[in-house]
Amino acid sequence: MSIKGKAYIAGVFEHPTRKADDKSVAELHAESARGALADAGLSFGDVDAYFCAGDAPGLGGLSMADYMGLKLRHIDTTETGGSSYVVHVGHAAEAIAAGKCNVALITLAGRPRAEGMATGTAPRSYGAAAPDVAFEFPFGPTVVNQYAMAAMRHMHQYGTTSAQLAWIKVAASQHAQHNPNALLREVVTVEEVVSSPMVADPLHRLDCCVITDGGGAIVVTRPDVAKALRRPRVRVLGAGEAVKHQAGGKIDLTYTGAVWSGPAAFAEAGVRPADVKYVSIYDSFTITVLITLEDLGFCDKGQGGKFVADGNLISGVGRLPFNTDGGGLCNNHPANRGGLTKVVEAVRQLRGEAHPSVQVKSCDVALAHGTGGSLATRHASATVIMERES
Amino acid sequence: MSATMRTIPAPPVSAETKPFWDAAAAGRLLLKRCEACGEPHYYPRAACPFCGSARTSWQEASGRGTIYSYSVFRRAPVPYAIAYVTLEEGPTLMTNIVDSDLDAIRIGQRVRVRFVPTDGGPPVPMFAPA
Repeated sequence: MSIKGKAYIAGVFEHPTRKADDKSVAELHAESARGALADAGLSFGDVDAYFCAGDAPGLGGLSMADYMGLKLRHIDTTETGGSSYVVHVGHAAEAIAAGKCNVALITLAGRPRAEGMATGTAPRSYGAAAPDVAFEFPFGPTVVNQYAMAAMRHMHQYGTTSAQLAWIKVAASQHAQHNPNALLREVVTVEEVVSSPMVADPLHRLDCCVITDGGGAIVVTRPDVAKALRRPRVRVLGAGEAVKHQAGGKIDLTYTGAVWSGPAAFAEAGVRPADVKYVSIYDSFTITVLITLEDLGFCDKGQGGKFVADGNLISGVGRLPFNTDGGGLCNNHPANRGGLTKVVEAVRQLRGEAHPSVQVKSCDVALAHGTGGSLATRHASATVIMERES
Repeated sequence: MSATMRTIPAPPVSAETKPFWDAAAAGRLLLKRCEACGEPHYYPRAACPFCGSARTSWQEASGRGTIYSYSVFRRAPVPYAIAYVTLEEGPTLMTNIVDSDLDAIRIGQRVRVRFVPTDGGPPVPMFAPA
């Protein structure tokens, strides 16, 4: 069974806050839900399916259904880190296609900034019961130094340079200057990125995403529900998900699960990379974007550095505009999880509702991609391809 | 830069992995090898991650390998090098590179295991230039 054309994204919302000192996590989830439902022209009473991940407080989906008063006949709390919400779009489309629900609500929220969390730079243990912890935690793995090792290997194997990686941040900053809600709106240059302080070789401070509070929500509906609403219609064409791990020690840091999730999504959608007018690519770090673009087939493996250079990702300048909201690198990375906002900006582009300075002309097909976990060693990749229905 | 300048957290030891840590305390690096499919794996598990067989046995590794990738964490109070080292036997493992100038570390460099004390637990396998 294919999901192609069987579900629509009817509502999206990105919470405008970037520091939420005076709001609870549950409150941020509910505010985001209200925003996405209002965007669609629906209400809480219309929701019959709910999707959330590890950022939902308490008993997760149960606590949030209780808080928001949802009456549900379908629930899915798939947790794949920051890619969860891209996975959820695919799962929601599957549930709708199978007749399990009519209106699916996906929410994300968190406040790592208000809580002073050292997201990327503190060694993180997932608890003594995590099977890998004894063999890794003593060596000080952090989010940033693990992604840095992928970057270091890519440079060694393919000759990728820090300046090429910097172009990804430069493009994001060019876009973020037009987003009044973006945490970082200042345009930066390649020189500024490569001369910013080194965090973990070869990743500089400006190769890393922001830490922000906030949230977001997505509403996925049956086609007939979407067609009855007064909003531009965005169809889900295809979705793919994959998990990549250490393969018992056969570690290869040069590719991600996007080599599997991408082809699955393209095949279901019936489109090719050349048909895609806009991409939202998970950008925890610049290297995440570069490897993902290769893996999705936008350029050959190893050619990502050349592909992203010279403004190729800048809207109105390059061939493949990406993350026109400023992405995680400049705009927002709510709850340390950037997957949901990737879908939101792709929907804005397809509706023609992105900022006029970054709106892609004739944007009829867009792709959103999430990467959650440790790049290339334990992560989930999720790809969703969407189309504007004219 | 010596590894002893930063406190190394003790690895949690379970019944599944106790033989590994007992060997580490004796200065020996162990892998698991599957008796059904013959594949070695790391980190060690009771069940083979390649074929699912529960017939796995401990095997001593040579302790020699090459650096697959690394990163010097400059922002830490005491900068240190995290790395993936590919053992002669095949598997690649996460570790630290020690007893080396941090700026001299290179991918492809040959390294040898060296067990480093932890904070109240068994020593862990780190690697130094061979």
